[in-house]
Amino acid sequence: MTTAIMDRSTPQLDELYKEIILEHYRHPCGREPLERVDLEAEGLNPLCGDEVKLGLQIKNNVIEKVHLEGHGCSISTASGSILADILKGKTLDEAKKYLTYVKETMHNKPHSIDVEEGDLEVLEGVKRFPVRIKCALLPWTTLEEAMAGHKHVEIS
Amino acid sequence: MFDVKKIRKDFKILNREIWDDKLLVYLDNAATTQKPNCVIDSIVNYYENYNANIHRGVHKLAEEATVAYENVREKVSRFINASDEDAVIFTRNATESMNLLAFCLGESLKEGDEVIISEMEHHANIIPWYLLRDRKKITIKFIPITEKYELDYEALEKLITKKTKIVSITQKSNVLGTVNDIKKISKLAKTVNAIVIVDAAQSAPHMKIDFSNLGADFIAFSSHKMCGPTGIGVLVGKKELLEKMPPYMGGGEMIRKVTFEDFTCNDVPWKFEAGTPNIADVIAFGVALDYLENIGIENIYEYEKELTLYALDKMKQFEFLKIYNSRAASCEQGSGNSSSQDAGRGSGIGLITFSNPVVHPHDIATIVDQYGVAIRAGHHCAQPLMKKLGVSSTCRASFYFYNTKEEIDIFINVLKKALEYFEIGACKTLKTVLPK
Ligand SMILES: Cc1ncc(COP(=O)(O)O)c(C=O)c1O
Repeated sequence: MTTAIMDRSTPQLDELYKEIILEHYRHPCGREPLERVDLEAEGLNPLCGDEVKLGLQIKNNVIEKVHLEGHGCSISTASGSILADILKGKTLDEAKKYLTYVKETMHNKPHSIDVEEGDLEVLEGVKRFPVRIKCALLPWTTLEEAMAGHKHVEIS
Repeated sequence: MFDVKKIRKDFKILNREIWDDKLLVYLDNAATTQKPNCVIDSIVNYYENYNANIHRGVHKLAEEATVAYENVREKVSRFINASDEDAVIFTRNATESMNLLAFCLGESLKEGDEVIISEMEHHANIIPWYLLRDRKKITIKFIPITEKYELDYEALEKLITKKTKIVSITQKSNVLGTVNDIKKISKLAKTVNAIVIVDAAQSAPHMKIDFSNLGADFIAFSSHKMCGPTGIGVLVGKKELLEKMPPYMGGGEMIRKVTFEDFTCNDVPWKFEAGTPNIADVIAFGVALDYLENIGIENIYEYEKELTLYALDKMKQFEFLKIYNSRAASCEQGSGNSSSQDAGRGSGIGLITFSNPVVHPHDIATIVDQYGVAIRAGHHCAQPLMKKLGVSSTCRASFYFYNTKEEIDIFINVLKKALEYFEIGACKTLKTVLPK
């Protein structure tokens, strides 16, 4: 008997661990300390205990630098690295757009906005591994909390 | 004779193809075990042939269901060698048993009283005490663990004082595999008349428990970790204490008489089983206990020991794998025989927790899953212990008597693949990266 939950098509590991993801994991962006922390938040993935700390250095509504620390799996580390890379030099409004875009991607919703995707594209593959979606989202939900002025977030 | 091939036929799920051509290799038994056909059949049989509410009908079905349900108490009692002075209470799981104890025993505690637990506890034996602390302003103390992942018994001697009212300890760690010396702990606790509680969630499925000779007052475990269905937990303990404790929940079954003004409690154990219980699953749990006894808990223990030592030996090839296991730790430090001083019998048997500083546990678990191998990655509901070990999460492979050496070979092979996948040299160059 085959039921709906028994997905038999094997998602390929290479879909998840794209070379770009591994590259970000090996050499993550956003690891240098900020001169000034204007907004910050801590995120926790209670499922695995992973923690991420995110800080933003902002001038005239523009994100000058993103700083990330904490330990995470390759997916959350790469996702955070891509975040740090992409959001550098963007306005807070643009950052919100990216946030919406990434959430839509991860929740498999049609995109309501358009952004310059860059390396974000590689996160698409994560969708095939549903338990790992939280890992990819962790830095982004932490960013959301930082922008909202909250200091702590648990994603569940 | 222990015939694993034959045993595997009792578990239909072991034939499951997880992905195309990838048969399930189930190594997450510490989380929950698989169920043999007889247990599954028992549930169907109950609903098809004698489903009725218990203790409250005079009809034939009600009688049959009541007898089948009540019989399981006797089986549980025998399984762990409890005595006539003990009562068997059915709960939803070990967690509920611990909460019941913390709540009902907690009622008599006063500000300044102390509860001792250990650094290797599952959240199920931490949070109920935190909740009690917040209600009663008691203090919670943790027995530290040593470098060999054993309890520090000397430290325990100092922790126990006249203020100590309860000592609640896991018999076997779900992360380190450590088997704690409950007898010794009870002896110490009894010098100050403290109540001793044993979390047997990880021991009951894998080793013989001699409750009558442990010196403890209560013991708790879960059906689903020992071939039984989910939704059933056990609490066994001294009737004398249970009689003095207030009830946990109120409702049907737990009362003797109810008036417009008040109520009186039913006898122990029913006093602690408010409402219609999970009849079908209790009966099926009884079948699981029969099944385990039929194989023989000693045989299970010996077989798992062989599997674990085999796996530990194979894992030595991964130089950069950090292994958190009481047996491996005591071998490393040169006292690795089974009667070594600190390591209790069975210590470190049945599960192997490990991590690699470069490849995250989640990534390892995802990769091995692609080959059908189910292991656990995460904090294993023991976040304080993870903190003590200096990691946020780890991987854990845990075995049961239906696993085979061939499955361990598959696991070792795909673990190698997982480590190699991350070319950063998780397998090879790490030695140069990480100072010893
Ligand atoms: C040592 C230990 N105690 C308690 C529990 C809780 O068991 P349950 O979730 O069935 O209540 C577990 C389960 O993981 C455990 O390993």
